Amino acid sequence: MKQTAIAIILFWVFSLIYKILSGYDSSIMQVEEILATPNFTYWFGKDDFGRDIYFRLVDGFINSFLIIFCVTFISSISGIFIGVLSGYIGGKLDQTIKFITTLFMSFPGILLAIAFAAILSPGKLNLIIALSIGGWVGYARLARAQTLLVKEQDFVKASQSMGSTKSRTIFHHILPALSTPMIVEATYAVAGLIIAEASLSFLGLGLQAPEASLGGMMRDSVRYLLAFHIMQ
Amino acid sequence: MLKLLLTSVCQIFGIFLITFLILHLIPGDPILVMMGESSSLADQEKLRSELGLDKSIIEQIINSIGQLAQGNFGTSILSNMPIKPQLLDAMKNTYTLASLALCIAIFFGFIGGILAAKFHGSYIDRCITNVSLFFISIPHFFLGPLLILMMSIYLGLLPVSGMESKYAIILPALTLALGLLAVIIKMTRNSMLEIINSDVVRTARAKGLGELAITLHHMFRLVLIPLITIIGMQFGSLLSGAVITETIFSWDGLGRLLVTSIQTRDYPVTQACILIIASSYVFINFLTEVAYRFLDPRMRH
Repeated sequence: MKQTAIAIILFWVFSLIYKILSGYDSSIMQVEEILATPNFTYWFGKDDFGRDIYFRLVDGFINSFLIIFCVTFISSISGIFIGVLSGYIGGKLDQTIKFITTLFMSFPGILLAIAFAAILSPGKLNLIIALSIGGWVGYARLARAQTLLVKEQDFVKASQSMGSTKSRTIFHHILPALSTPMIVEATYAVAGLIIAEASLSFLGLGLQAPEASLGGMMRDSVRYLLAFHIMQ
Repeated sequence: MLKLLLTSVCQIFGIFLITFLILHLIPGDPILVMMGESSSLADQEKLRSELGLDKSIIEQIINSIGQLAQGNFGTSILSNMPIKPQLLDAMKNTYTLASLALCIAIFFGFIGGILAAKFHGSYIDRCITNVSLFFISIPHFFLGPLLILMMSIYLGLLPVSGMESKYAIILPALTLALGLLAVIIKMTRNSMLEIINSDVVRTARAKGLGELAITLHHMFRLVLIPLITIIGMQFGSLLSGAVITETIFSWDGLGRLLVTSIQTRDYPVTQACILIIASSYVFINFLTEVAYRFLDPRMRH
């Protein structure tokens, strides 16, 4: 398990360095080499437009990584902000936020992202928005639950009794206590996001050609898989 | 129970509001987006009044609630026909697919989980756990083509896609089931292992019951309760997985209808599909909660 993980990381690190050093543009098309099989010059062969699949993959990985990084950043910050406020202040605000989160949770999986990707025109920025809209809920729920727990603990009460302000309590006591569960939540969320991003691109709602995306490459290749059957 | 019902109704109303807003959140004029820049002004006005976009927003909400209450989902822009028959067809297909997938996953998941727990730590256990880990990490859009390649193209056993043959349901159902199967195996195995050393099982064994009777009568019944909740929750992933699986296998269900309607910018159909998928998810969650309370007497009060 550990060896596989290290091998995968090494592969991507090597690919990224190779890609940067060679400066190869993955959208260069060479018509005479359409659908070339893998060989020593083109490691993974060429696609239906004569583009190098290996470099397309690396580009797709970079795109996917950037999108997921942005989505995680936006949704974790907003989720934690909303969750901590809801847990710390409580009352009517808490009730409202709790209802909104249950509402967002009632859309299964990537359906909400599909809905928003459908109305926004496809593209990188809109993909980030569509994924972030559903992404903050998980962080908010966990942050709220954790805040409720930490709020009642003795060290928070002690600091409050010594006269620390609300913002000091939140920034110096509650947020540090939240960091561990949030990192755990983020690792799970990132795994889901990779699939979600690829799924949206697979459905044609994510990145558009000529930009490389892993899901989009999958969709194009599946077409050939089925066409191969028809040609026989 | 009443509170639960009320929350579900509120949730469905919220889902309705969000799907309703989809049409209003389109950047620019939704009519222009749907009909294209070159359409005539008279056609644009006609569509606008058909969709009710010329009225105030409150009026529109009340109108569409009234329409929905009568089971009227509006008219498709592309075919100019009522959406309802199309939607009912798609619902039938999706639910057939989802329930078959669920049955496969539950049947093999329980067997696999019980076997893995019974032979805990042995070769069988490791084998089952590794296979389920393999399937849990494969996304639907990769597993689907993989199954097509293996079963249809190399072995030629099953049709590639479409709905003509009655065997065509097997591959999409398998694609959906395998991911779910892994989750059910893992959960069954873990909860079985938790109670394998409990007092109930020890008492049953002390009574002199056979191993099979202990496993099925005592342990499995205890495990069933938490499993029902997990299966209910997994139904949502089944529905969102169906969007991709149906697209791969050209299965005329809700998911495929949703994707085609997005590609053709047929927004009323998109709205209806999202509303139906999300509401059925809420409905299943409600049923799960009710079943959970019914099965576990501790939860009733």
